[in-house]
Amino acid sequence: MSRKFLSGNEAFAEGIRLARPQVISAYPITPQTIVVERLSEMVEDGSLSAEYVHVESEHSALSCAIGASAAGARAFTATSSQGLLYMAECLYYAAGGRFPIVMMNADRSTALPWNIYGDQRDSLSQLDSGWIQSYAENAQEALDLALMSYRIAEDSRVQTPYMANLDGFVLTHTYETVDIPTHEQADSFLPPYETDNRIDFDNPKNMAFSAGPDTNYIFKYKAHKGLLAAAEVITETEKEFADIFGRHYTGLTENYRTDDADYIIVTLGSIAGLCRETADKLRGQGIKAGVVRIRYMRPFPNEEIAAVLKNVKAYAVLEKDISFGNEGTVFTNVNSALKKAGADVRGYNFIGGLGGRNISAADIEKIYTDIANGTDAVNFIGIGGGNNGK
Amino acid sequence: MRPYVREKTGFTFEEVPENTCFEAGYLTTVNSGWRSIRPVINAAKCVGCEQCYLYCPDGVIAIQGGKAVIDYDFCKGCGICAKICKIGAIEMEAERK
Repeated sequence: MSRKFLSGNEAFAEGIRLARPQVISAYPITPQTIVVERLSEMVEDGSLSAEYVHVESEHSALSCAIGASAAGARAFTATSSQGLLYMAECLYYAAGGRFPIVMMNADRSTALPWNIYGDQRDSLSQLDSGWIQSYAENAQEALDLALMSYRIAEDSRVQTPYMANLDGFVLTHTYETVDIPTHEQADSFLPPYETDNRIDFDNPKNMAFSAGPDTNYIFKYKAHKGLLAAAEVITETEKEFADIFGRHYTGLTENYRTDDADYIIVTLGSIAGLCRETADKLRGQGIKAGVVRIRYMRPFPNEEIAAVLKNVKAYAVLEKDISFGNEGTVFTNVNSALKKAGADVRGYNFIGGLGGRNISAADIEKIYTDIANGTDAVNFIGIGGGNNGK
Repeated sequence: MRPYVREKTGFTFEEVPENTCFEAGYLTTVNSGWRSIRPVINAAKCVGCEQCYLYCPDGVIAIQGGKAVIDYDFCKGCGICAKICKIGAIEMEAERK
């Protein structure tokens, strides 16, 4: 093990180096650029043995990764924002074909108005594409997820592509001390990719075929089951990861001071740390505050969220997203989890951080006091609220 | 060589693969239902020159006993064979069913 001072992008690149992908195809876009720059340097200096393919667009980047995966290779790509949206057609091909590609997405605002800073509207708009979606909080978790991602995606029960999301700039460009495992450790954790879902000259197959109304729904159901199966595979993978690397993760969600909490903020990504600090401060004032950090949006942690939120007085969902004309998408998902569990708890939505706008400790403290006193259903931090945030 | 066509109708859940990868040449159904006109070979005129065989975009024409024959289970009725036949041995006729 070695210890380095790395940005989120660089930490993720180190994790991918340890995972030994055979094909990397990517097109640069801010704030993702550095992860693919570092990987291309690793290929150049020989510390990573992979085919690095310079493509002409994001659509080609993922198409190339699909082709590589269909040849039985471990494939990696990375993108952000408009690049992810340009990939959208291929996202569905990758998921439907059950190709366990790993992609790093640097969460960034979408145009217009043009903006390169972080929010989560790009990846959350693609929740229905059939990919596993993780949201890292810090650079160490980013590296560890990079290494775990292939184990999870390639598991025969899952066979589903994996999108690892890192908050643009706040995480991709912020430097932290990161522990880097050795190749020996990584190799003992992650075996080479083996699959029957590939071109085989000795045993010719139809690949990526059509399926009519008589069977199409069965393929879709099986893809759904594969993504759901990722939940238990994530738990198993994290257990084995802890045995080898000594770092522990908590599955689809991470709870902080939730056991006796009256008021909980549910959020995802890098803002969770500030929420925990604020919860500590309020605890010092006698307010029972807690935090649930969603680590995986797909598969969605329905049971985990309902188990924690069903006993609180009120909860807030804080997210860097708005589904125009309704509310934040994470809020919709969280509410559905509670509804399915038969829980009746008042929840409020807080939309913040759009286009990289700072969410301050004071903003978070106000969220706790607002939900304790009752507020509008949907609130735009810095603007105001209403039933739809209007 | 005509590919194997599965005779059974309907599928069980288990028969459908987990991913879009399955043995090559496994056809689940015949596929010609939308054909409105069909090419008909005049065997007396046909000289077996193989031009229709080469041009057929669906690969449904074979030469048997020196004459062209058409697999109507997969012919879509595009008419390219009739167009390409230099001696007028193929005519397009309306489907009657």
